[in-house]
Amino acid sequence: MEKLEQRSKNTASCHSDVSFGRRNQPPDIRKNEINQKHIALVGQPNMGKTTLFNLLTGLNQHVGNWPGKTVERKEGFFNYQNNPYRIVDLPGTYSLTANSPEEVITREYILHEKPDIVLAIVSAANLERSLYLIAELVGMGIPLVIGLNMMDVAKQEGMLVEPQVLEAALGIPVIPLVATRSEGVMVLLDTVEKVIRGEILPEPRMPEIREDHQDALDQVIRAIDGYVPEPYPTHWSAVKLLEGDSEISSLLQENLPSERWQQVYDVLLDHDDAMLAIASGRYEWIGRLVRAAVVKPKAGQISRTAKLDRWAAHPFWGLIILAAILGLVFWLTFTIGGPIQEWISSSLVIPLGTAAESGLASAPFWLRSLIVDGLIGGVGSVLTFLPILVIFFGSFGLLEDLGYMARAAYVMDNFMHMMGLHGKSFLPLFLGFGCNVPAVMGTRVIESWPARLLTILISPLVPCTARMAVVAFLAPAFFGKQAALVSWGLIMLSLLILILSGVLLNRTIFRGERSAFIMEMPLYHEPNWRTVGLLIWQRSYSFLKKAGTLILGISIVIWALSMLPGGNLETSYLARIGYFLEPIGRWMGLDWRLTVALLTSFAAKENSIATLGVLFGASDMGLAQTVASTYSLATGLSFLTVSILFIPCAATVAVIKQETNSWKWTLFNIGLMLVVSIGAASGIYWLMTSLGF
Amino acid sequence: MAPYTIPLAKLKTGEVAFVYKMDSGKSMTHRLTSLGFTPGVDLEMVQNFGHGPLMVSVRGTRVALGRGEAAKILVQRSK
Repeated sequence: MEKLEQRSKNTASCHSDVSFGRRNQPPDIRKNEINQKHIALVGQPNMGKTTLFNLLTGLNQHVGNWPGKTVERKEGFFNYQNNPYRIVDLPGTYSLTANSPEEVITREYILHEKPDIVLAIVSAANLERSLYLIAELVGMGIPLVIGLNMMDVAKQEGMLVEPQVLEAALGIPVIPLVATRSEGVMVLLDTVEKVIRGEILPEPRMPEIREDHQDALDQVIRAIDGYVPEPYPTHWSAVKLLEGDSEISSLLQENLPSERWQQVYDVLLDHDDAMLAIASGRYEWIGRLVRAAVVKPKAGQISRTAKLDRWAAHPFWGLIILAAILGLVFWLTFTIGGPIQEWISSSLVIPLGTAAESGLASAPFWLRSLIVDGLIGGVGSVLTFLPILVIFFGSFGLLEDLGYMARAAYVMDNFMHMMGLHGKSFLPLFLGFGCNVPAVMGTRVIESWPARLLTILISPLVPCTARMAVVAFLAPAFFGKQAALVSWGLIMLSLLILILSGVLLNRTIFRGERSAFIMEMPLYHEPNWRTVGLLIWQRSYSFLKKAGTLILGISIVIWALSMLPGGNLETSYLARIGYFLEPIGRWMGLDWRLTVALLTSFAAKENSIATLGVLFGASDMGLAQTVASTYSLATGLSFLTVSILFIPCAATVAVIKQETNSWKWTLFNIGLMLVVSIGAASGIYWLMTSLGF
Repeated sequence: MAPYTIPLAKLKTGEVAFVYKMDSGKSMTHRLTSLGFTPGVDLEMVQNFGHGPLMVSVRGTRVALGRGEAAKILVQRSK
């Protein structure tokens, strides 16, 4: 098999988010390039669709085994044999009925945007189930080419699939692929070109509805014929009606004269089990294809996945393994990431600050202060977190790509039930240890809205790396050898509060609304290093972008507040805010400086350290020691507690607003965190002072 | 309930059965069918410890199900 060697020809790529319902593409000049062909990439989750997409476009996305993770629409551009292509990576969906936003997005895109070709990816290792989507696609009357991916995994599992037999039986071109190794991609693109040019004419054989429902289907077709609006095919719409598709039902109810709709309605009422008849018909069609094309079925031997799952999915050992993996990730993050972070701080950020200080000696005071304290102090200290994020997200991406994350969700299912959630909610929460922003976005894998909302609301209670770094910075100065124990205790406290909040919210606001746990357990496979690398790059890039925009902006605002009106911190607006809020701070034993530091952590959690740096000024002892010698142990522990639980950072709040699309829930979350953090810290302060610390 | 019919949740690890009936709601049934569950399909219980979620193999795919979901799928043991 050949390798794709077109990478150098690749044009730059871009991607954009388009929500469903917006038919028009965002303006892009490349889109209007003459002769540009338009490919829509579809497939079920875990088929290697995104790997192929990355390979073709070089676009920085990642592939993994997090079902439904490609919720965003991704678009890329590439050239093949001097022909320009635009390719859209549609969300991974198991079927095309209006059950989830992903499914609706995919089918509406295909029907409305009319791509030149629909490239569907199926897995040779999972042929029977992955052809289900093909059974839906052939009914849509669209030009189709099938990429039969994961030929290597199939072989490993002891199966042999013959692509040419499948092709003959389907009437659609089928190209064998190993996308992770770039095998088969040239043949695939040649075939795509030929189909677009009309040199190959696909003639798909269609699945039929189970016999006992054929009459019903015919009746529906007769009733709606001539009334189905563009671009929906009539036969396809009739099938969707019988499947009970809510969107097509309301569409046709609007478009049909009432007596015709009544006819349809009567048929549907008599055949409420038609959905199963259609699905069975599709699987019968698939069964015939599979019997022909799979030469050697899965052997009796126990597969690698089965062997691994005996441990990884075991209710006891699975939890031990998960705990060990979590421990290892943290250990790596802090033993490798920590020193690198310190190195960046001591050999880049601090010298840069000193250099700027002396370089700008003749510049106006405010400019020097803006650059040294505002920019380098604010953004610079935040940038030192990059290595920690890289290691954390690299580990996470690796576990995802291995196929492990679905097992983590599985073994955590029982536990999550305590909060009325199920295993899938564990995945975004785990991600939250790295950063709460991807955690909130990651809740998209949860199908049910109440469960998703609840997960969003509790996810800021997962201590992110930035908050842990604040604790790691101050704890040693206060607690010496006990610092590690105190840090561990604070993390456990956060998680305990997370569970309590989850249980409480579930009992009160959400009233035990359950969502169903159904999840594919993908086959384990070797990780693709490029995939993991791309993920790290993508995450780092978005972090750097955040540092360059949001954190930069807020750093400047805070700097300005600390300077205005007179250039003196003690009388600045920031100090006035601090004095104003000090009464609340005092419940927790905090003075105005710690109160202000806490407030500035809203911009970015690590800002509280930067703020303390500004407030205490430079000293020979080092900031942490200075702070520790200023305050009592009770105040120290109280400050760490409130820091780790305080309202989510601005970026997290923004993404909570974006994902819930509700100010009410966003403010609810802020209120919850405020109450929880002040409550916990006041309690701890009271306890510590009563004990005489 | 037909004779010999049991909820999927009662099927023991390693046992093979076929789906007799799916009593789940509409959207749940849709999700189940798109993952391979249809009346008559053979499945094998891969893991069932009597509590917590369980894992079945259906049409060559491993699918995890919550106990509540599995209680609504009726199966008959194949002999």
